[in-house]
Amino acid sequence: MSRIVDRGYKHPEVLVSTDWVAEHVDDPQVRLVESNEDTLLYAAGHIRGAAEVDWTRDLNDPLARDYIDREGFEKLMARIGVSPETTIVFYGDKNNWWACYAFWVFQLFGHTNARVMDGGRLKWIKEGRELTREVPTYPPTTYHAPQRDDSRLRALRDNVLQHVKAGGQLIDVRSPEEYSGERLHMPDYPNEGALRGGHIPGARNIPWARAINPEDGTFKPVDELRSIYEIEQGLHPDQDTVVYCRIGERSSHTWFVLNYLLEHKHVRNYDGSWTEWGNSVGLPIER
Amino acid sequence: MPEYPPKLHEVLEDFESINDRSERSEMLIYYADRFESVPEHIATRPFNEAHRVPACESEAYVWSTPRRDGTLDFFFAVENPQGLSAQALSRILAETVSGAPLDQVASIDPSLVLTLFGNDLSMGKGQGLMGIVSMVRAHALAQLKAS
Repeated sequence: MSRIVDRGYKHPEVLVSTDWVAEHVDDPQVRLVESNEDTLLYAAGHIRGAAEVDWTRDLNDPLARDYIDREGFEKLMARIGVSPETTIVFYGDKNNWWACYAFWVFQLFGHTNARVMDGGRLKWIKEGRELTREVPTYPPTTYHAPQRDDSRLRALRDNVLQHVKAGGQLIDVRSPEEYSGERLHMPDYPNEGALRGGHIPGARNIPWARAINPEDGTFKPVDELRSIYEIEQGLHPDQDTVVYCRIGERSSHTWFVLNYLLEHKHVRNYDGSWTEWGNSVGLPIER
Repeated sequence: MPEYPPKLHEVLEDFESINDRSERSEMLIYYADRFESVPEHIATRPFNEAHRVPACESEAYVWSTPRRDGTLDFFFAVENPQGLSAQALSRILAETVSGAPLDQVASIDPSLVLTLFGNDLSMGKGQGLMGIVSMVRAHALAQLKAS
């Protein structure tokens, strides 16, 4: 795979390679953060010095279907020993779905000094690099976060409905079977409770996996990404775009691609996604 | 708790006493580390899809072979190398229900995965793991009917 800087990304600085991570494992200005779907993976072995940020326990509000508030974010940052100056490098399983999801939530609080490790946990392991079960501890930091700002990067149900009515660009990153309504869940995954199948009217189906090289999970170079999203699918970089999937994790991955690698101007992630839309009374559905 | 195979009952009691998330993870990884995939004299790849657990993202498979006393030995495969949860559950089941009375195995409640994995289990993963237990039950039920 080519070097990140040679792939033509608009913002190559948001990606780091496994080599870069290996060189910065002991860098006190860098905090590695592992975010997985499988909660056992971190405990079974992680990159030395990496903290765990769990999407349910650490990022979600414990009661409402929403994210942590400012106070919760400040506590999280103190726990993982991060200051506003710390460079956070996210990585994880499932081709970085949850790493991109955590990255996205951190952007709601304005922590822009963040990166994603290209290829994620799988690439690190495939390269035979070291994992440890030793859980690090960090001196707690004092982190003053702003209030969470959902307005730029997050779309809520009513925003999406307005967006649909206005004929805005909408991307469904789920599998073709989910998009068509043939399935209510990912292939090989169980049904997670959507009562209706199909997609949001007007959505294009661009499965998240088209953005990566399947053999190692790294992102495709910019020419290939542009060919998929802009030429084949006709997305305009200057227009508003909303991305969604089932619960917002796969669409975080596509949000990352559009926002940073291609620099589309205004991309929002609809984290309510199909588990909200497909269960809501009265919302339009297309098949 | 319904009448479970005694070894399974003991394991569940151990897990019920755990309140700490990291301790639970350590216990589960202890089992996952000892997971052994189905031996070749039982099944070889590509595995028969009839043995595949539906809706399990870790691509788990279940087999059973009868013992002379009519009980079953259970064997498992987890084809996703990242499927640690499925490996842990498979190892626990292999150790605790192989050779157990069939009526006890057939009455295992799949929701026992919640006792093992706790509240951190996502709905998707939970259903996949329950699918492994359900397939073990199904094998026991089929053997009971055949005997």
